[in-house]
Amino acid sequence: MTLSRREFLHLMGMAGAAGLLPGSLRASSQRPTDLYEIPRFGNVCLMHMTDCHAQLNPVYFREPNVNLGVGGALGKAPHLVGNAFLKHFGVTPDSSAAHAFSYLNYDAAAKTYGRVGGFAHLASLVKRLRAERGDGNSLLLDGGDTWQGSGTAYWTRGKDMVEACNLLGVDIMTGHWEFTYQDREVIENIGEFKGEFIAQNVKVTEEALFDYKFSDFDGFNEDAGLAFKPYTMRTVNGVRVAVIGQAFPYTPIANPQRFIPDWTFGIQDERMQAVVDQVRSNEKPDLVVVLSHNGMDVDLKMAEQVTGIDVIFGGHTHDGMPAPTVVENSSGKTLVTNAGSNGKFLGVMDLDVRNGKLQGFQYRLVPIFSNLLKADPAMQAYIDQVRAPYKTQLEEPLALAEETLYRRGNFNGTFDQVICDALNKVNDAQISLSPGFRWGTTVIPGQTITMENVMDQTCITYPETYRREMSGADIKAILEDVGDNLFNPDPYFQQGGDMVRVGGLDYVCDPNQSFGKRISDMTLDDGTKIEANKKYMVAGWATVGSQSPGRPIWDVVADYLRDQKQVKINKLNTPKLVGMKGNPGLEDYPAA
Amino acid sequence: MNNLRRLIIKGSMAASTLGVAVSAGLLMPTTVLAAWPAKAFGAKDMTEGLANLLGSSEMMESGDISIKAPEIAENGAVVPITVTATMAGVESITIAAPNNPAPLVASFDLMGGAHGYASTRIKMGKSGDVIAVVKAGGKLYTAKKGVKVTIGGCGG
Repeated sequence: MTLSRREFLHLMGMAGAAGLLPGSLRASSQRPTDLYEIPRFGNVCLMHMTDCHAQLNPVYFREPNVNLGVGGALGKAPHLVGNAFLKHFGVTPDSSAAHAFSYLNYDAAAKTYGRVGGFAHLASLVKRLRAERGDGNSLLLDGGDTWQGSGTAYWTRGKDMVEACNLLGVDIMTGHWEFTYQDREVIENIGEFKGEFIAQNVKVTEEALFDYKFSDFDGFNEDAGLAFKPYTMRTVNGVRVAVIGQAFPYTPIANPQRFIPDWTFGIQDERMQAVVDQVRSNEKPDLVVVLSHNGMDVDLKMAEQVTGIDVIFGGHTHDGMPAPTVVENSSGKTLVTNAGSNGKFLGVMDLDVRNGKLQGFQYRLVPIFSNLLKADPAMQAYIDQVRAPYKTQLEEPLALAEETLYRRGNFNGTFDQVICDALNKVNDAQISLSPGFRWGTTVIPGQTITMENVMDQTCITYPETYRREMSGADIKAILEDVGDNLFNPDPYFQQGGDMVRVGGLDYVCDPNQSFGKRISDMTLDDGTKIEANKKYMVAGWATVGSQSPGRPIWDVVADYLRDQKQVKINKLNTPKLVGMKGNPGLEDYPAA
Repeated sequence: MNNLRRLIIKGSMAASTLGVAVSAGLLMPTTVLAAWPAKAFGAKDMTEGLANLLGSSEMMESGDISIKAPEIAENGAVVPITVTATMAGVESITIAAPNNPAPLVASFDLMGGAHGYASTRIKMGKSGDVIAVVKAGGKLYTAKKGVKVTIGGCGG
């Protein structure tokens, strides 16, 4: 039922003609009049947002200058940054698209093009596309990481976002950080969500099935043991579209299992194949798509392993990819997209589906420039109202940013350094550790850092800090473990986060090495060698195993910022890299 | 075959140098079975353990065995493992984790006509392969799958 080779070549021809293939992006970025005029194509429009991390208002977000690909991923999307990225996708340098997709010339370009994202601006675009495609001819998919990432999402336990998504008209979603609330809150939020929540890879554990506390929940299937509905069928402009959900496979490993003790995840590609086969034979779909929170590298491998999927709409790794990657497998080809993060983009895929199959498509990852899209009044009113009770708290000025403060990248961003320095200073530690999340908004030079910025970088449901002694061997073990989650050449062993951020610690990293051999030459800031048997005082936050005893991280960082008044990074604790020279996932890196 | 054998021997050598006391598995029916093969399950060397239990450690890699296991374990203390063997005449299915201090974890003897299927949970102290050894028609067949045991989170 999937595309044969010849059919796909035909499809690619169509796509080229329709202005999709990478080279043609040049033309699209030069369109002077209306960036948001996206010509109709085909008969089905699938809009895709992902990883907005609860950013209701427009933000700044700097794309990475370090996104290394190793093994088979070397030099391929998504492991491209800066000029290599622009060249690969044919994006015109110094254009608005170049600013949206790369870190290049970030400070100046951010001032020129302004803030990105925002639900009110996104709502305007979604409404416009819905109207242009015609009533009932489109779907809006949300890949998850929607209920977490802002102060208001944290304080309302994700509910501000559930309602915002209802207003936006999200049809179908899956999840990851959604599962970092208590399980009963997850179930409650899904109940309030007007769309459908789907995930084929979340089961109720065998023990919990004996007396399952959510046995009344709509999506629960006792026979299959699935906690949520695995897929849904929608008719779009007369076309039968199957959407299969894939939640983040490593949620109970990367995030606390204690909040969701009854659910077990995993990639489950065998089950995915079974679901695709079952959908293909029982539901007679014209199109089969997966709404995935695997992360792009895992999606690319899954597209090789599992047959019968037309498109995987991906997220998690926050890769803003202007064009899909076409993956060949034993029975056809699958398109794999990734739609960036923080509300910065809307993926728009127009598909021509006829005679029971995909004949052609046109894809654009559309940047949401808040200066170019009007705010939808109803959504803006909602946002203002939901923020009102927290406004004073959010707007508290803490310090002045003298340089761009960002997180995204394989190693310490400047905002991470602020967090690590704060942990060391406030908690009187030698070394600090901070998680390599990929969310967290950017502050540009001259901007006042507010409590909201700090919340955007830190607010999780397990924010407690710790201060404890660790041996040099323990610290190395942590670095090696996280390094393997990032650089294991097999994507199925990657968790999709970046390297743990460090303060007060320098090291050498050789990503091409095997587990346990990537990290060497660990020293304190003053050059003193770290010894395996010696103890060091370490501060950190976001412990997954059990709750830490200290204050929430945002209070620690706020204390530090109030004290600093002006923020300029003296030293960025990024590792010296080995074997990465010429890697197109690395630009402007001082210690390659 | 020789390659695999070498690999298995190499793997068990590595395991035998471990000094950590981690119990081999959940199923240790010492009190249930009179003839508990203590020598096999107590062996620190997998090849030795297998030879002791199955009478030989000569085995062939087989595509007829599939191991279902998580790529990354959600909890190293209870890693769900399912082994399915589709060849004819399966007599037993043995599961081993060469990186465990005592690599042999479980062995299921199947009566004639039973499906070649065994499902259990095993404890894994660290990342490594899970190895299935299937005895069928008097011969030994094997397959393996890597399972990663991580400290979790983002290390912070």
